[in-house]
Amino acid sequence: MAQGTIPVGTKWWSGGKSPYNVTYGKVMMWFFLISDAFTFSAFLISYGTIRFSANWWPDPNYVFNAFPFMGHANLPLAFVSLMTFILIFSSVTMVLAVHEGHKMNRKGVEKYMILTIIGGAAFLGCQAWEWTHMLTGYQDVLVDGKVESWATTISHNPLGPKVMHEGQLIATPGPELFGGFFFGITGFHGFHVFSGVVINIIIYIKTRLGHFDQRGHYEMVEKVGLYWHFVDLVWVFVFLCFYLI
Amino acid sequence: MSHQPISPEITFVPEHGGTKRIWKTFWLLTVVTIVELGLGLAIYNIHEGPEPNANLVLFFKGLMCILTLAKAWYIVAVFMHLGDELRSFVLSVVVPLLLLVWFIIAFLWDGDSWKDMKNTNAGSIKTEVVAPAAIEKGAKD
Repeated sequence: MAQGTIPVGTKWWSGGKSPYNVTYGKVMMWFFLISDAFTFSAFLISYGTIRFSANWWPDPNYVFNAFPFMGHANLPLAFVSLMTFILIFSSVTMVLAVHEGHKMNRKGVEKYMILTIIGGAAFLGCQAWEWTHMLTGYQDVLVDGKVESWATTISHNPLGPKVMHEGQLIATPGPELFGGFFFGITGFHGFHVFSGVVINIIIYIKTRLGHFDQRGHYEMVEKVGLYWHFVDLVWVFVFLCFYLI
Repeated sequence: MSHQPISPEITFVPEHGGTKRIWKTFWLLTVVTIVELGLGLAIYNIHEGPEPNANLVLFFKGLMCILTLAKAWYIVAVFMHLGDELRSFVLSVVVPLLLLVWFIIAFLWDGDSWKDMKNTNAGSIKTEVVAPAAIEKGAKD
């Protein structure tokens, strides 16, 4: 363990040393992440509240069953699992970059930062495809006795319960807030991923320019690493709340 | 070139060990995610089946919540190295998050009560007004 070198009986709060034995920058990054965790929790809990208050909610296995270039094949959960594995893997490359930073190995940090940036960009690409698929996927909906064509947007939800209409099964409008929560929360998370990719690119450039070698430590890589893992952490919960449950 | 201390007040020395623990955690997260996907597909098949068992679906969903918390634990403890920090720092990060426990219970409870109020017209109707019958299987929840 990293703290193994500290003598037993050290008085952390008697002054002269950092009581948490963590730098100011890292402590502040952690406290920012706590506040961000509360923001995401508030979003997800409000989504849960609305879902608990609704008599009917679209089943994710029927909503998210498409995969690029697979046409209308019914593949529940396939695409979102790909996105999840991309993000978990980019988290691993990030922690490996931090590890190389501890060893002061500039080439290693560069390699793993590049892999992390590619992972983040791939995730964003997948999300863009999914949003496009939902926003342009028009479906027949029975609205006030008339058949209309709706896509899933923040104001329209064609994923309601199906009823018989002129001898055919047809969907009725579903809970209106579905799109708002879906695009709002995945969008807020996607924006975090986007900022993470931008920050990772900045850190990659600074690594290449040798700024951290001059400083004598790669703590900046650790700090952006914390942010990047947090983004992965939030996705774990978004994945649970929107796609699995 | 060796790693220099960031400040004289900090005695933090990063680990120079191998990457075994990182890869172990990666495989663990992968396996847990695959199990979750398996449960998701099981729910899909239950809904497709002749008589969907609501309690079984609820049990699987609860299991997925627990597995997700386990994944979160490993990401925070190993990838974010919180497990390597001093106990006082770990508590400073984790204890405020305990507020979420009541936050979740209170709001989901409220959502459920809101549903009851809507369906019974705030208690004035004794028999529940039921939403349009879902013909598609597994449409409920």
